[in-house]
Amino acid sequence: MRRVLDLRLEELLPTPSGLLASRGLPAEDRFLDLAERARSEIRALGEPRGVREELAREEFVEVYRGEGDNDPHTPLDQVVPRADRLALFAVTLGNAVSEAVTTRFSDRDLALGWMLDAAASLAADTAADVMAADFAAACRHGNEKPVVLPYSPGYCGWAVSGQRRLFARLQPVEVGITLNASCVMQPLKSVSGVLVAGPVEAHLFDNEFDCCASCTTRECEARVAQLGGTR
Amino acid sequence: MSVLKEIATSLEKGEHLRVRELTQEAISAGIPATEILDDGLLAGMAVVGELFRRHEIFLPDVLLAARAMYAGLDLLEPLLKAAKAPSRGKVVLGTVRGDQHDIGKNLVGIMLEGAGYEVLDLGIDVTPQAFVDTAEREGAAVIGLSALLTTTMGVMGEVTELLRERGLEGSVRTLVGGAPVTAEFARRIGADAFGFDAADAVVQVQALLENGC
Repeated sequence: MRRVLDLRLEELLPTPSGLLASRGLPAEDRFLDLAERARSEIRALGEPRGVREELAREEFVEVYRGEGDNDPHTPLDQVVPRADRLALFAVTLGNAVSEAVTTRFSDRDLALGWMLDAAASLAADTAADVMAADFAAACRHGNEKPVVLPYSPGYCGWAVSGQRRLFARLQPVEVGITLNASCVMQPLKSVSGVLVAGPVEAHLFDNEFDCCASCTTRECEARVAQLGGTR
Repeated sequence: MSVLKEIATSLEKGEHLRVRELTQEAISAGIPATEILDDGLLAGMAVVGELFRRHEIFLPDVLLAARAMYAGLDLLEPLLKAAKAPSRGKVVLGTVRGDQHDIGKNLVGIMLEGAGYEVLDLGIDVTPQAFVDTAEREGAAVIGLSALLTTTMGVMGEVTELLRERGLEGSVRTLVGGAPVTAEFARRIGADAFGFDAADAVVQVQALLENGC
């Protein structure tokens, strides 16, 4: 099943203090002012839209194989066989936000450009979380609601070139997202990937893959902690 | 306080309109453009860079100061070009092919310009050929490579390899950086230096160009 979503911008905007904390900045007036201005720009320019399409496990395995560039062993190799349902997704804040970041830098309004970029990145990540929540709601059976987490090409051993098969299957041009020859998405503030639905245990893996050695974010640990799981 | 000292002080405070005004005042007073640049704008940025390295100020403070620097630099550039003033060195900068993350790379570019280097920013999603062709054509001394993804950092190795193939590895040095990049990775791909953040990148470029290491 395919579903296009118009997302609510207010739901995606980081709070000023949350935005500053995410960048290690104290909540001082000059930074809070920048954060508010960045939020205002996104509020004025953002047009968040997303699309998701459910697919069978076998179909996803074909998409995930991509062009054969993935690491030999990846977290998704473990997670996908345990998943109940899978859906490809792509979501964007729209072109105007990405262009505003570029414009701020070229106009030399560097601090605001940097803050706007940070706010837009957080908003795009939140948009992916909203797509996951919407899929979780769709997967609900009675009182049982699965845990849904997004995974994206470029991370966790899934090669960027994997975007080509993902885009060929999902066709996110419907919500304004395209791919260039190097697999970079336009607009830049977009997120694509797979939504994996399943019980908490389905999402647990040992982060000892080759890709984990050079990973500096270790976001998977925070995600699992939020689920109440342990490694 | 001399006008050059005042330029430096206003720049440190991020007062871009005041820096522009003072720079115009200095030009009108007949102070050579190179002097305004070195003793005003770059002197101020040097203080800002040092405070940032010591974690006494935050990144947006550096960016506010950089905006002030550019406000003065925009007035000086035609004069510097006319005087054929040499830069401290030319650096080709970009985010590697397949990677769209440019904020870290932009910060490095700003800090390098603040330290007096000429930066040729090729943007994001840059092929190894574009890096090497530009460096060769422009006579750049350093190529700065940025990547945020573990799945794109391998492209950095393609650049060092291409430099070797073209016999340029001695004349064009490479600096790598970005969240997943480490000194060990830099050594493995044969890069000349690793910058762990924007401030360190400037130190590394200085070392590459001034000490030849």
